[in-house]
Amino acid sequence: MTVVTSSAAPIDLTTNPRRHRKDVAARWVFRVGAWTTFLVTILILLTLVVDAWDFVSKLLDEPGGLARLTDIGWFPRRGLYDIGTLVIGTLLVTGIAMLVAVPLGLGVAVYLAEYAPRRVRRVVKPAVELLAGIPSVVLGYFAIATINPQFVTRVFSSADKAFTLMAAGIAVGILTIPIIATVAEDALRAVPMALREASFGLGAHRLQSTFQIVFPAAISGIVAAVILGISRAVGETMVVAIAAGAVGGGLRSWDPLHPGQTMTAAMAALGFGSDQVAGDNLAFQSLYFIGLLLFFMTFVLNVVSDLLVRRVREEY
Amino acid sequence: MDTNPIALENPMDGPHIDISAVTPARADAAGKTEAVVFEVRDLAVYYGDFRAVREVNVDIREQEITALIGPSGCGKSTVLRCFDRMNDLIESARVEGTILYHGVDLYADNVDPVEVRRRVGMVFQKPNPFPKSIYDNLVFGPRLNGIKRRSELDDIVERSLRRAALWDEVKDRLKASALGLSGGQQQRLCIARCIAVEPDVILMDEPCSALDPIATARIEELMKEIVSEFTIVIVTHNMQQAARVSDRTAFFTTEVNPESDRRTGVLVEYNRTSKVFSNPDDERTELYVTGRFG
Amino acid sequence: MALSTPATIGGGTAADITRALTKRTIDVKSKVVEFLLLGSLALTLLVLLILMIDLIQRSWSVWTDRPWSFLTGTLNSQNAAAGGIGQAIRGTILLSIIVVLVAFPLGVACAVYLEEYAGRSRFARITRINVRNLAGVPSIVYGILGLAIFVKAMGGLTGGSSVISGGLALSALVLPIIVITASEALRAVPRSIREGALGVGATEWETVRSHVLPAAAPGILTGTMLSLARAAGEAAPILLVGAATGLLRTGQQSILEQLQGGFTALPVVIFSYARQPSDDFRALTAAASLVLLVVVLLMNGIAIWLRNRYEQKW
Repeated sequence: MTVVTSSAAPIDLTTNPRRHRKDVAARWVFRVGAWTTFLVTILILLTLVVDAWDFVSKLLDEPGGLARLTDIGWFPRRGLYDIGTLVIGTLLVTGIAMLVAVPLGLGVAVYLAEYAPRRVRRVVKPAVELLAGIPSVVLGYFAIATINPQFVTRVFSSADKAFTLMAAGIAVGILTIPIIATVAEDALRAVPMALREASFGLGAHRLQSTFQIVFPAAISGIVAAVILGISRAVGETMVVAIAAGAVGGGLRSWDPLHPGQTMTAAMAALGFGSDQVAGDNLAFQSLYFIGLLLFFMTFVLNVVSDLLVRRVREEY
Repeated sequence: MDTNPIALENPMDGPHIDISAVTPARADAAGKTEAVVFEVRDLAVYYGDFRAVREVNVDIREQEITALIGPSGCGKSTVLRCFDRMNDLIESARVEGTILYHGVDLYADNVDPVEVRRRVGMVFQKPNPFPKSIYDNLVFGPRLNGIKRRSELDDIVERSLRRAALWDEVKDRLKASALGLSGGQQQRLCIARCIAVEPDVILMDEPCSALDPIATARIEELMKEIVSEFTIVIVTHNMQQAARVSDRTAFFTTEVNPESDRRTGVLVEYNRTSKVFSNPDDERTELYVTGRFG
Repeated sequence: MALSTPATIGGGTAADITRALTKRTIDVKSKVVEFLLLGSLALTLLVLLILMIDLIQRSWSVWTDRPWSFLTGTLNSQNAAAGGIGQAIRGTILLSIIVVLVAFPLGVACAVYLEEYAGRSRFARITRINVRNLAGVPSIVYGILGLAIFVKAMGGLTGGSSVISGGLALSALVLPIIVITASEALRAVPRSIREGALGVGATEWETVRSHVLPAAAPGILTGTMLSLARAAGEAAPILLVGAATGLLRTGQQSILEQLQGGFTALPVVIFSYARQPSDDFRALTAAASLVLLVVVLLMNGIAIWLRNRYEQKW
């Protein structure tokens, strides 16, 4: 039997030029989207580094030079730029925030992942996610209007009546609960059911299974959640701008019951014009210096947290 | 290890045989009648409205290996999980009928599932060691039961690993992670973990299905060794395995509901293994064990 | 033999076994812990409730006395009786529109590129890492970006401290969030849909346009709504860009003048009123906070509802 080939025109398997052009064009459009993200990063880094460097070099020309960075307090209008004051303030607020957010956040996570019946979880989980949406200005207002007068000053008689780092810290903590809760809950749910079955099969109560088997198995994700919470608390600006008080500056202090300055609050004061140091003078430029420091801190925290989350994903 | 004397070439009929005459390996159990550990009467299990398995009637006897066999979807695992109240973990699961454990209603209101599970252990299809050291895997159960002294725990660890035929392989690395063991070793570890709490019964849900033939053979050997101390109920897909290791076999099949097209499992036959495989009562059993169905 | 569980084998009577199985050591520790866990959940939700009640209570006088003049009034931090949030609402709406016009297309484009074209390439990996880091940058840094680039460097185009600059700064802020949520939505679309389209001879672009994007649309929209809610609630970036906090004179202006001129927004107004020492402003601040809170929670709520409703089980 002979094979008959069609005598019609040869089959054209080459690309249709019009459709191909559209395809290429589309690809370029999407590429631009990806490049934009790099543009943002580059611009941020550029701004921070260049202006921070500018600040430092100008500072070197001033009397006292770099020693200004460790002088008694943060008073930019007077040319005193003690970074230590700000860092301590940030640590205090973040510490208090974590005291609030870690127990509550992890408690919510464990309850939702291990104890809550399906119906309860379906209602409660969205409610916790909603909590994450509260704007920080609103919580800042809540801090000075309610948390401080109704709570802080009642519990601590020596607290300042208007502004305390404590009230700001509590408000930041409230903001951070949902982040810790959602990431930690994801980590707990990622632990395979088989481990729980093995544990129950040996006659363990839910309490023992949860805390001796499931929790340790999810520990990387839980630590990641806490670190993410810390990062959020460190970067929180509006709550401290409203509720921490010390606008013009502050002395270095470890006392949370009085007004204070954090890195972000100082930036806010400089940037929003509250400090009356507008323009391009040296005082204003300290904003970029703190900004760079802040960026670096949150960057490190986020990278660590990210690595831990990937480890959880790989294990399961 | 001797082959099971109640082998296919020597069929026995009916359950009323004096064991000691036929199984010299169990001579020390002579005089003990076949005490029943679980009496199952008209057991049915529902997931929501769906009846997964119905009308199960079996007696699980002490120090025997009972196999539950049948095609997939016939409810064997569901039935197995009733013996240690594991179905409680599934929200929609509901059990009807009775299971008596040494004469006590397992599903009575005042029975604590945790206590049940201390006495009825389970080994799962896929080995599931905790992501901890071998040592910590084994002492988890005993610690729950209140054993705290290091020396006691060490003893339990060694004893359990020996009975699971794993001691020689891991004795030098008890602190190493259990996840570093091979599949077969992990499963033997899970069996050792189970043994460590000194249960009364060990349930095994297709314990070898994730393992290679050599590992499987070792575990079958193990089963036959430890049955002198524990009652074993095993669910298996592999009917040759049932024939190799079990004393009694229960054969399940599925019935399709013509209206809803859902499958309900049903117990077809329950007899000594030798009879089930050589001279079964029911035709469906014969079709299955001769490989013509399922 | 089961040694540590006495009276359960052979010689145990039914009574012994019943006793053993029903011995409920009242597990106090278990109950206490469960109570604490439930308590943390209750406390967390309670805070939200207290916040809302507090705001409603404080702002009550505004709603009963002059609701309309408040909602349409101008930003006025000198005179509490005249202060309102009308300009703020307009500003927030304008900013949101700019975010949708800028961040949404760029973010979705980036996500599409990552999920459909670049796949596992090194470029994709680096981009993903970069986006994840950007998502964690504090919002005030985006304010610095806005100030230095959009206000100063590009002042000619944007008009300096304007809605455009503010909108661009907010767009940069939410861009990573849109990329991440859109990526997840795209990733959730099963491969079979793509293969089905490619199998009948569609180009990649045609596949994406007609099959993948529509399938991922609900997820992408949810992510966008969440980002908008976030942008609407942010104050730090736009304050740094120079949003007005004192008085804002907006008379008859052309569209371009409006876009390039001074502006304000809801979060800014709240910040401004909150800092006024006079008691007269308490009610105003609470009222503005309530409005913003309701708007943001509504947007979040809709987004979550959308996600739950359209979460397709493939």
